[in-house]
Amino acid sequence: MNIVDFHILLPEILVLAMAALVLVIGLFSGRKQSSISYTLSQISLLISVVFVWNQIGMPTLYALHNMFILDAATTLSKLMILICAIFSLAYAKPFFNENPEKTHDYCLLFLFSVSGMMMLVSSNHLIPMYLSLELLSLPLYALVTIQRTGMNAEAGMKYFAMGAFASALLLYGISLVYGATASLSLSTIANSLQLLQTQYSTMALIGLVFIVAGLAFKFGAAPFHQWSPDIYQGAPTPVITLLGSAPKIAVLIMAIRLFSQSFVTFAAHWQMIWIAVAIASMALGNIAAIIQNNLRRMLAYSSIAHMGYMLLGFVTQTPGGNAAALFYVFAYALMTLAGFGALIVASNQGFEVENIEDLRGLNSRSPWIAFMILIVMFSLAGIPPSVGFFAKVGVLEAVMSVHMTWLAVLALIFAIIGCYYYIRVVKAMYFEPVEDASPLYSSWGGKVILSLNSLIILLLGIFPSSLIDLCRAVYFS
Amino acid sequence: MISLSAFLWISSLLFAIGIAGMIINRHNLVVLLMCIELLLLSVNTNFVAFSHYLNNIDGKIFVFFILAVAAAETAVGLAILMVLYRQRGTIEIDKMDVLNG
Repeated sequence: MNIVDFHILLPEILVLAMAALVLVIGLFSGRKQSSISYTLSQISLLISVVFVWNQIGMPTLYALHNMFILDAATTLSKLMILICAIFSLAYAKPFFNENPEKTHDYCLLFLFSVSGMMMLVSSNHLIPMYLSLELLSLPLYALVTIQRTGMNAEAGMKYFAMGAFASALLLYGISLVYGATASLSLSTIANSLQLLQTQYSTMALIGLVFIVAGLAFKFGAAPFHQWSPDIYQGAPTPVITLLGSAPKIAVLIMAIRLFSQSFVTFAAHWQMIWIAVAIASMALGNIAAIIQNNLRRMLAYSSIAHMGYMLLGFVTQTPGGNAAALFYVFAYALMTLAGFGALIVASNQGFEVENIEDLRGLNSRSPWIAFMILIVMFSLAGIPPSVGFFAKVGVLEAVMSVHMTWLAVLALIFAIIGCYYYIRVVKAMYFEPVEDASPLYSSWGGKVILSLNSLIILLLGIFPSSLIDLCRAVYFS
Repeated sequence: MISLSAFLWISSLLFAIGIAGMIINRHNLVVLLMCIELLLLSVNTNFVAFSHYLNNIDGKIFVFFILAVAAAETAVGLAILMVLYRQRGTIEIDKMDVLNG
């Protein structure tokens, strides 16, 4: 590895090195110093942001024998992943205060998972792609179980079984594609797929179907969504702020690279499959969310629906569509963070927000938190002026530009159905009476983080052009 | 000489058995872990067969990584299983229905 490679890999190396350091610190420091690992993790993520920031505007670079790629898409998404990770770790602070003995383990697993995400967006070869996907998932299985309650363990077991099954599907698909093309490098696969004979082409197509199924599992898109409501309900809330946001960015970037570079020969085939997945996700997510009373399950079904919208941009196979999907997933990651972050901030002091009724009359108890949840819910529903509105406009515009009007109409109908359950939360907060109207006390730190997060959503909704331009610059070069 | 398709049949059969095991088995989570292992081993068979017939070393290298990851995955899975057994006193899949709705 020469010095050029080292410079390219610096953000990942930093995060991994800090994970190793936290491991050692966790072994040698007692309960009292539990905040050391939290501070160190936060600092390493912030420094990593600076390193990634310095990589912006570089030409496309390769490292580690072309297995690692650094281009505009990877830098932008790494930046977003790191920002999500910083917010998520900050939301976990009350959890660390309550469970000081878990802090080291949590930070350690958290950093490993984040480094997996960063490597996933940069992998240009199927071996590092698979390895970083596992590096992303394995710590998350353990994080879901971190409190060791029965509910945690059940959620962790379900997540583990589904995740391992998805990895196996993905691997089986990769093995068939390897058999057809005799290569594991994404660019070589693209070349050899064009020259295939018919019988090999069929094998590669079967492999493609397996890969789509495996990735749909990782997205949590219907019909491979069964795990996500259970995980969202059973896992500790700080873990969901990570699990629901940053991995989706990483998997999307990988899916775009895999499908629009390597499998471009089969574009007509995978487009149809992904359209079916997108429609199923939007329909099932939005309709199943209506009957949910548990707020976390509702947000889980809403995440399934949002994955459907995001895939709409991706299936258009145009640079504009990819840029719209990228913007959508960034917006969605911020909204998920704020949504579950609000649950954390509103939950302490013996008052646990679990069902929608628990938010009744929140406006009279804590107007500021209620207003923040209002912003998030309006953004998730796609009501202007919030970033969710422009994200939906972007994907619908991309779908219209390839003349799939029926798909746009369908998406719009499901979006209107979806408005119902988001506005139900707002109605509960503002218009329903509450028996216990005592003010809600929550820590200042949590409030500040939540306000920052929600204001980013609001500001990106009022001035969306800078982020949209960044996303378009990625795919229009 | 055994043909490539024979290996592919074996591996797809193993994969099918693994998936069937995951779906049919309603009693024991350890069997579920074994089925996951079976899925990964069928993939390994595929890779080794392709690698041999294509005269390409990449597939064999991938097998080593899959073996290593499978070991790590089983370790995490068994750890979660231990927590579950301590909390619930059972590892029956049918009893995993507290989270439902």
